[in-house]
Amino acid sequence: MSAASTPLGRFWADFRESRVAVAALVVVVAIVLLAVAAPLIAPQNPYDLGGLSLLDARRPPGHVGSGGYIHVLGTDAQGRDLLSAILYGLQISVQIGLMAGCVALAAGAALGVTAAYAGGMVETVVMRIVDLQLSFPAILLALVLVALLGQGKAQLVTALVAAQYAYFARTAYGAATAERRKDYIEAATATPLSRRRIVFRHLLPNCMPPLIVVATVQIANSISLEATLSFLGLGLPVTEPSLGMLIANGFVYMMSGRYWISVYPGIALIVLIVAINLVGDQIRDQLNPRLRR
Amino acid sequence: MTGAMTAPLLEVRDLQTHFHTRAGVVKAVDGVSFTLQPGQIIGLVGESGSGKTVTGFSLLGLVDPPGRIVGGSIRLDGQEMVGMAPDALRRLRGRRISMVFQDPSTTLNPVLTIGRQMVLALQAHEPMSAAAARDRSAAMLGRVGIPDARARLDAYPHEFSGGMRQRVAIAIAMAHSPGVIVADEPTTALDVSIQAQILHEMRALARESGTALIWISHDLATVSSMAERLLVMYAGRLVEEGPTASVLRDPRHPYTRGLLDSLPATARPGQLLNQIPGTTPSLLALPPGCPFAPRCGRATQRCSDDPPFVREPPRAFRCHHPLERVA
Amino acid sequence: MSAFMSLDRVSKRFDPRLTLGDRIAKRLGATVEDRPVRAVTEVSLEIARGETLGLVGESGCGKSTLGRIVAGILPPSAGTVLVDGEPVIVRGRKVTTRVQTVFQDPFASLDPRMRIGDIVAEGPIAHGLVARAEAPAMVRDWLARVGLDPDFAARYPHQFSGGQRQRVAIARALAMRPDLLVCDEPVASLDVSIQAQVINLFLDLRRDLGITCLFISHDLGVVRHVCDRVAIMYLGRIVEVGPTETVYRAPQHPYTRALLDSVPRLVLDDDALVEFNAITGEIPSPLAPPPGCTFHPRCPIAVDTCRAAVPALLEHGDGRRVACHVRAAERGDVDDPHVASWVPEPSARADSPG
Repeated sequence: MSAASTPLGRFWADFRESRVAVAALVVVVAIVLLAVAAPLIAPQNPYDLGGLSLLDARRPPGHVGSGGYIHVLGTDAQGRDLLSAILYGLQISVQIGLMAGCVALAAGAALGVTAAYAGGMVETVVMRIVDLQLSFPAILLALVLVALLGQGKAQLVTALVAAQYAYFARTAYGAATAERRKDYIEAATATPLSRRRIVFRHLLPNCMPPLIVVATVQIANSISLEATLSFLGLGLPVTEPSLGMLIANGFVYMMSGRYWISVYPGIALIVLIVAINLVGDQIRDQLNPRLRR
Repeated sequence: MTGAMTAPLLEVRDLQTHFHTRAGVVKAVDGVSFTLQPGQIIGLVGESGSGKTVTGFSLLGLVDPPGRIVGGSIRLDGQEMVGMAPDALRRLRGRRISMVFQDPSTTLNPVLTIGRQMVLALQAHEPMSAAAARDRSAAMLGRVGIPDARARLDAYPHEFSGGMRQRVAIAIAMAHSPGVIVADEPTTALDVSIQAQILHEMRALARESGTALIWISHDLATVSSMAERLLVMYAGRLVEEGPTASVLRDPRHPYTRGLLDSLPATARPGQLLNQIPGTTPSLLALPPGCPFAPRCGRATQRCSDDPPFVREPPRAFRCHHPLERVA
Repeated sequence: MSAFMSLDRVSKRFDPRLTLGDRIAKRLGATVEDRPVRAVTEVSLEIARGETLGLVGESGCGKSTLGRIVAGILPPSAGTVLVDGEPVIVRGRKVTTRVQTVFQDPFASLDPRMRIGDIVAEGPIAHGLVARAEAPAMVRDWLARVGLDPDFAARYPHQFSGGQRQRVAIARALAMRPDLLVCDEPVASLDVSIQAQVINLFLDLRRDLGITCLFISHDLGVVRHVCDRVAIMYLGRIVEVGPTETVYRAPQHPYTRALLDSVPRLVLDDDALVEFNAITGEIPSPLAPPPGCTFHPRCPIAVDTCRAAVPALLEHGDGRRVACHVRAAERGDVDDPHVASWVPEPSARADSPG
């Protein structure tokens, strides 16, 4: 009984039962590891413009390039090894997704829970601002912000956080509104414990489950938002090709049969996003009390 | 009213309802047998985990997977209900046997008017026009003591108080004058003063229409004021049975004695109560033999063998070391 | 003898907070609930040191609200709450740790994400009652005192049964070393046999610690067993208060009498024909309390005065106080200047229930 006694232990025991979710989790972990190890395992550094040769441009998969190794997935228009570019691109996607997701989670959750606990005018004002923001599509907000802030990783993350914190805030607010009525919060108020302690030690941890679900969805969203922005040429600079940019660059060649330049980065992106969503689905189902047997 | 010679209305023999969960098999009801005569009121008493609610649900065929009736028989008017096809069960439910549930706020559909729900209940078993159904519904509401019944048909459940909603639930249960009504803790969620009203009315209604009642509760006092016979359950088994006053005055099973001693009403104010030590065992890990043995002050080695059901009419109990009979 | 805990004319009124949408709807003619709920009205009570006062009533009587006011969770709309001469709430916030509470629902009153050892130790550490290093020993001590294995301190609430969780709740409250314990329906959610265990625990601890207690319950049997004095509440007011045995044996207020009569009794006699003496009618909604004595529509002995004026809680002898015009008249107190003449607001309607 002791192995499955902590809330996390119990959660993991239930999670393990879904083979799809475990497979998805394995995929996510594998991709993250690959992304982290990109500099070590990629045959070529796609950012090193000096190492590229135009002779290798637009070669199909299996072609042996001027570097002396097989380009397993072919090369792109600049002569970059596509496998390396995808690995580095995944690194960027994972970095941006995680950073944007985590910061948005922290900011949004703190805002939502505090608004719920404070009540009154604070609650009304904060949540109306959040609602206002939720009525705009995230992509629109991100576009405007990136246009204002300019290109670069930090600017991109800021734009994504600003576009997404509202989802966390609303979810946290909903969860906190339900939790704040519960007896254990009243018991904490009756001790009495300081408001700060109640919010961060009691309220917030008990609002985490729905927030985790939103976090997985939003991480996937961040990744696809970044890819979209890069596809439109607004994300990261050309020298740091992310998956979106690779897809964009290869688009013009789709009709002439050089599909690999767009398709392989596309597949990598889809696999990552789908795997994250599957994990998120399982977490959501597990945390939904109504679906429990 | 005692009807010792007439054929029983409901005959339950060795009923077994088990739940096959991930953690193991839960024998929620493990060999319960009793009979119910027409017009009789019996009480099924126990704490949580005793199996009394699952027994009630089994009688109505309302046990959902992973639960299943795995053995025994339930004969209603001679008809075997265990293993009956779901359609046939549905025709019986509401018509020959019906149920009143504990929480009146969840029994009634909040988005339908009372009238609509009652008409639906009526038309489910008897072909009748909407107008005739409305008339019948108004009459039924009047019978359960709801003033201004016809006007109230168009009200929604949330416009009624808890006691009123329970009355509506009783009216629906009695719509087709079933032979048996199973009432699962019908007054537990109500205030004391309203409870008294409902008890009074249900007993009068049952007597008037000759309906038999199975009153399921954890509250000994309530059950004792309604029921002629008392059945005490523990960990899925029937441990004691007999005429109500006799069982309460002179319990033979140590658990019944313990239950009575736990009531403040049976002790002097301020005195420590004769509590039963320990807690109800998990139904997943019942000890072999008598399930009450670990908490029983009279247990011996013998108790690791299942005690047989001893009958000393009109009483019966399941214990190797029953309490002495008080004269 | 000055009272250890005193409530002086405490009232609590909940005003509905209309959102912008509600206000617009109201302008357009929709019926929007804008009546205040007078949960507690003019309650004055005392508890002597070491005494246990029971607070009894049905739904809508305000006993839970009053309990929360005494516990320091809710500030009263009017009146003062003093424990040993000190106020419990100042400017809307609780300022004392001398009052602690045991709540009704053992499944909701413990933070599901904290280990029970941390739950018990949190308050004392936060208020400097125990040093962090000594907290584990204190926790073990308290767990043992409430009848739990001290090794359970590392476990989570979901691993315990309802009765065990209630013991943890009691340990949590007592670890703060309170002088006044508010118990809000502490055994209502428990099985009968577990209820007996927790009642016994409560009696033992009370004897050992000499603690003063406000015991809120709807269960008249439990209250009789545990309380020295009892106060009966109906729709926000105290209708009768006095020594337990006196009130139970010879209730003076018609509501008390009717309530005691409604409680089912164990039938021990074969031939006893159980008569249910139910009070007629429904409990009125706190949104629309009847004018005058709020019980008058259901009262078997109501007279005209009862419709017009709210009866004051007056001495009745035997250390008792009763709020009833008829009883006051019987005593000869009719011309007593203390009889309140509260005139209802124009919006109050004389709803007859049922």
